[in-house]
Amino acid sequence: MSSLSASDSTPTPTPGGTEVPVAGPEDGANPTAPHVGEPAQPPATAAAPPPVVSVQNVSITYRTTFEAAPTLKNTIVRLGRGERKVKVVDAVKNMSFDIKPGTSVGIIGANGAGKSTLMRAIAGVLPPSQGRIEVRGRISALLALGVGFNPNLTGRENVILGGLAAGLTRAEVKERADEVADFAEIGDFMDMPMRTYSSGMYQRLAFSVSVHMDPDILLVDEALSAGDASFKVKATAKMAELMESARAMFLVSHSLGSIREMCNEVLWIHKGELIMQGSPRRAIRAYTNFLKVGENAYTFEDL
Amino acid sequence: MASVTENTSPVDELHIYEPHRAGLPKLGPYTRQLWARREFAAEFSRAGIRAANTQTLFGQLWLVLNPTLLALVYYVLVSVIRQSAGGFETLAHITCGLFLFYFVSGSITQGAQSVTGGGKLIMNMNFPRLLLPFAAVRTAFFRFLPTVPVYFLIHILAGGVWSPQMLLASVFLGLTVIFCIGMAAIFATVQVYFRDTSSFLPYLVRIWLYLSPVLWFADEAPEQFQDLMVLNPLYSLIGSWTDLLLRGIIPEPKMWLAASIWAVLAFVGGSLLFMSREREFTVRL
Ligand SMILES: Nc1ncnc2c1ncn2[C@@H]1O[C@H](COP(=O)(O)OP(=O)(O)O)[C@@H](O)[C@H]1O
Ligand SMILES: [Mg+2]
Repeated sequence: MSSLSASDSTPTPTPGGTEVPVAGPEDGANPTAPHVGEPAQPPATAAAPPPVVSVQNVSITYRTTFEAAPTLKNTIVRLGRGERKVKVVDAVKNMSFDIKPGTSVGIIGANGAGKSTLMRAIAGVLPPSQGRIEVRGRISALLALGVGFNPNLTGRENVILGGLAAGLTRAEVKERADEVADFAEIGDFMDMPMRTYSSGMYQRLAFSVSVHMDPDILLVDEALSAGDASFKVKATAKMAELMESARAMFLVSHSLGSIREMCNEVLWIHKGELIMQGSPRRAIRAYTNFLKVGENAYTFEDL
Repeated sequence: MASVTENTSPVDELHIYEPHRAGLPKLGPYTRQLWARREFAAEFSRAGIRAANTQTLFGQLWLVLNPTLLALVYYVLVSVIRQSAGGFETLAHITCGLFLFYFVSGSITQGAQSVTGGGKLIMNMNFPRLLLPFAAVRTAFFRFLPTVPVYFLIHILAGGVWSPQMLLASVFLGLTVIFCIGMAAIFATVQVYFRDTSSFLPYLVRIWLYLSPVLWFADEAPEQFQDLMVLNPLYSLIGSWTDLLLRGIIPEPKMWLAASIWAVLAFVGGSLLFMSREREFTVRL
């Protein structure tokens, strides 16, 4: 842990399992792959700005039991039978990468690949089990479940709470609540309890909150899937606008079309391992090859 | 008032996330974060109170009515057991201790639910989780406040003494708040691991009430248990509070000491337990 440069990280992305038919020999041709220059980078840092996000040999494990809800009763029953079923899930395995300022990163991979886990770790919600993550700048996270919304509070109260939890001051938050409402276009519902919202309204508000918190780094995890088409267009435009001022953006999406459109670098994660970090074109091609479906209309359907 | 640390250079803020050493996050940065986000705890509690409709007149009335009715129940109970109706003095005694006890039990029940009820907030936001039990205690405290005038009304009806010593009761109120934060943190943690904790709580609270000087005075403790009494934190906390507020008696030094030790012990122990487990909350919700 003392050496900060991720020295054990593999210099070229190697396929994690034998079933992954991907090799990355053309890495050197790609200017957006910082992985290649790993040994050469430290001398160059004098001029180059430090990475916005640096993930160094990070592993994250979940420990879960099979019990539906952990209760004292179950524990006693379990003790009596002398069994203890704990399943350890290695959600992220020894992952290392750096993200340079100004990068908009797309993250692709199958369900359960560890994308959300990685997002939570970068947001600081889930500390790594091993390794180290350095993040420069203020994060605004829009994870899959929406920001921490309480359905019994009004939209406005939730926005204020979210802002305060994100570390803004009360004055900043109050000022922003109206902008958030305008962008989300939910009108009078802003002052209604959120249990009265439709799921689309819910997501509009969640997205709107995230982008109005002055994020240096925006994390979006499959969050645009429920909005309607017009809001999706608006959200895409807003993200593009943010990219001009934000230092980095992470977009998790199964819509390869959105990734290609919005990102200039892609991480492909498979079963907790980083298979490839590279240009969207290359990574998407490799990913779709791996999926053996080719780049057909199905995978580009805007989800 | 604005937090200096947040405003210095948000762009160059460097966050480092590493595995927690020995289960505990680094205390310095954690405390600074806690302080910087204190507004969140306040607003969280405030919004919760608003959502529970306690802003309305009837809401406020219910907050007062509920513990007052409970005090009346115990008044009847005590009168029957002692076979003499005690009049307003007995009622004043019971309300004095019971209202404070109600604050403690409220902190525990609210605190126990603060993390498991925090669901999405915990999954999606990065903030010191200790703010949640803090907010729970703040909520319980603001439910306690409206009962204070009720007590004074009964105090007047009972023809109670008015003395400058009564002001010292606020010291014990402060210590109780500190104690409650610790208890809320402990039960919040336990609730994450054992979701049925909240179903045991009512029994625990009830037993604790009978063991505490609410229905009896601190100096009335049975002789053979007199020395063991300090082992109950509420013996010194509620006992001294009642002595000062109701009777204007300044408690013995050992009561001051016991109350302070319990408050600090609960606060430090509870916070550390909570913080050492905090990382797992996200994974276990
Ligand atoms: N709270 C949790 N407890 C236990 N295992 C989990 C939890 N969340 C995710 N996992 C496991 O971690 C792995 C990665 O999950 P996740 O990061 O959600 O994947 P993705 O977002 O790429 O679909 C999966 O195998 C999943 O089963
Ligand atoms: Mg996911």
